[in-house]
This record gives sequence, C-alpha cells and structure tokens, in this order.
Amino acid sequence: MSQSYDRGLVEDFGRWTEFSAGMWAWIFHKFTGWVLVGYLFTHIAVLSTAMAGPEVYTSTLQGLEALLVVRFLEVGLLAVAVFHILNGVRLLLVDLGIGLESQDRSFYASLILTGAIVVASVPTFLAGAL
Amino acid sequence: MSTGITRPEEEEETESQAVGAARAAGESAYGQARMNETEIDAANEASQRRARRAVEDADHTVELKVFRYDPEVPEKEKPRFDSFTVPFAKGMTVLDALMWARDHYDSSLTFRHSCRQAVCGSDALFVDGKQRLGCKTQVADLADDGVPGEVRIEPLPHAEVVKDLVVDMEHFYDQMESVEPYFQDEDTPDGLNEQRQSRENREKIKMSTRCIWCGACMSSCNIAAGDNEYLGPAAINKAYRFAMDEREGEDLTEHRLNIIEQEHGVWRCQTQFSCTEVCPKDIPLTEHIQALKREAVKKNLKFW
Repeated sequence: MSQSYDRGLVEDFGRWTEFSAGMWAWIFHKFTGWVLVGYLFTHIAVLSTAMAGPEVYTSTLQGLEALLVVRFLEVGLLAVAVFHILNGVRLLLVDLGIGLESQDRSFYASLILTGAIVVASVPTFLAGAL
Repeated sequence: MSTGITRPEEEEETESQAVGAARAAGESAYGQARMNETEIDAANEASQRRARRAVEDADHTVELKVFRYDPEVPEKEKPRFDSFTVPFAKGMTVLDALMWARDHYDSSLTFRHSCRQAVCGSDALFVDGKQRLGCKTQVADLADDGVPGEVRIEPLPHAEVVKDLVVDMEHFYDQMESVEPYFQDEDTPDGLNEQRQSRENREKIKMSTRCIWCGACMSSCNIAAGDNEYLGPAAINKAYRFAMDEREGEDLTEHRLNIIEQEHGVWRCQTQFSCTEVCPKDIPLTEHIQALKREAVKKNLKFW
C-alpha cells in the first residue's frame, strides 16, 4: 500500500500540522520513551563511578551538578519522565477500554500536568546554579 | 428494436457528412473521428460558457484544487493539481462540487461515487488533509465561517493511485476478506427457524455493523501504511462484529480470535486514534480493537 510514488507532502510526517491528539500522544510517547532509554545508559555510567570509590563518585556528581547545562537537562529529564508516566496511565486506561471517547482530553490533561510539575520543579533543580 | 432501425440512418447521415468533411480536409481514414472531435469541442465550449456564466452569477464560488494523474496519457503521467472554480450553493457537498467540475470543465476528471448518501462507501477522499466521504462533507463545513475559498481534494494516502482520485482498493478488500466477514453458524436453537439476538448483544455490536468499506480508516492508519500485512482497522472492526456476536458458537469465536491475534493482527495497533477520527460512520474503531486485544489475552491467559 505504501509503495505508491512520492506524492510530496500528502503522506506521513509532512502532514504534522494536521495530526490529532492521539497521534501527538503516540509521537511524544515514543520520543520520551527513547530519551528515557538513552538516559538509562548515562545513569548507569554515572552510578558506575562509585566502583572506583566513594570519593570519585562524589566528585563526579559534584562536577556534573556544577554545570548549568546539566541542571537544565535535569529539568528536561523530569519533563520527559513525567509525561511518559502520565501518558502511560492514559494508555493503560485506553487498553482497559475506559474513557476512550475522552482520550484527547486525557492527553491534553497529561500535557498540562507535565508542564505544571516541570515549572514547579525549576527552583529546586536550578537552586544555587544561577 | 426501434433503435436498431433508426441508428443506421443516423450513421449514414454522419458518415456522409464525415466523408464530405474528410474530402475537404484531403483525408479519409480519420474523417469520422475528426468530425466527432469537432462536435465534442463545440459541446465542451458550450458547457464551459455555461460554467463561466454560472460562476459569474454565483454569490460565492469555491476553488477546488484537485489532484490529477493518469498514467495512461503521457501528458498526464506527472501528478499535478488542477483548479476548478465552482459556484457554491447551500447544502453543497464536496462530491457535488466535484461532479459540477467534471460536468462543466473536464469530463476526464475521475472519481468513484454511487449512492451519494454515505452508504456505498465509494467516495472516500483526502479533503483538506483529512480522510472524508465526499458526499458526507459539506463544503461550508470546511471553513470556520461561511464558504471556504479553496478546497484541496486528493486521493486517499497510502494507496496506489489508479487515476486522478481513484485508488486501488484491492489490498483493502483482501484484508477485509481475510477476517471472514460473514456469519458462519448455521445452527438454530431448538424450536426456532431463526437465530435470535439479545438486545444487549445487538447494542454491543451495533456500531461495528455500520462499516461501509470506504477505506478511510485504513488510509489514515500510520501502522497500516508501514505494514502491508496489518489487517487494518476496518478488518479488525469486522472481526469484532462477528467475534462479539453471541449467536456464533464458541469454536467459531475462537477461530476468529485466532485470526486477529496473529502477528499482524490486533497487536500492531498503537492506539493513535487516527481511524476513529476519520471514520465517516463514527465507529469507535480503536475501542473495538482494544476490546479484541483483551479478548485475545483472556483466551490465552491460563492460571492452571
């Protein structure tokens, strides 16, 4: 079905301006999922410095936390994780067949809630760095 | 046989005219065709004059941007968009506008349509970036206020274009057939000549029976676009309609679940809700797919 010739922006991601809530939820869920998988590796790498001794671990963490970009990345990580959790709950409800007619609203709700939590976390994450 | 008697006379007449015209042109072999072509040209011109007048008289006009493609004509091999100005009338559907354009501007403009009342499922089109039924889409609804200036009409995405707005539906029909979309149980309960359905069960499958095989959902589905073997929303909906029907026996229901729980069955669905958004009959397709997923799990989960 997809072997048709190139019809330009008719097909697929070129139509992103026309995507509906369910499609955006899917794209964000995939994206945040991959970000979390990627983070897992850096997370393990940082924790592994503890194998060289407690001092190395402490100095690694202090060195990372001293970087402003790391503070901002942490805010981003929280945003990604919170959205993935909330949309995951939404997908759980979808799988159980609960409230499918309001799936778009639950997507917007998870977006708004994510935004609120992230904004509220900014003072904590950026404390002392600015 | 009255037509059989009168026709030869007509043919003789046109033939003698054609011969005269052909002699004048110093050619005989293509005389007839040439005559007809000039007639066609004259008729075309007349209809275009009528079209111009209608467009001038109209309070509102709509600009149709229609996808054109014809692999059999070298000049039309390259996909392009044609513009048709159509006078707007209250209650005009996208299909009405297309038919007006075809009847007044270009009789080669090709699209499927039949019942014109959202029952036959022939005219699923990609209108302004969404899969819709041409006959069920009011032109006025395509703009936030009043009449839209421009309406973009394309063939269904993710399907091979045969010509203009006509796409190849063969694959879609194959997927529909593969779920065996017909009632199979022939046993009738004792003392009855018919298979009665409870009201509750009828309510359960009610929406799923509304499918008109238009293919809008299949075209909107991102997964079906990338996986040719995926059954697609319409076929799974058909499977739901029969798997949930209590009148079919248990072994038949199990047979149906076996079909839909294959690798390219229900589990390909990623709940993007695209199909549910575009379904012209408002079938909750994602809900039905999810219900079948649960049935498939229940069938395979055994705690003993």
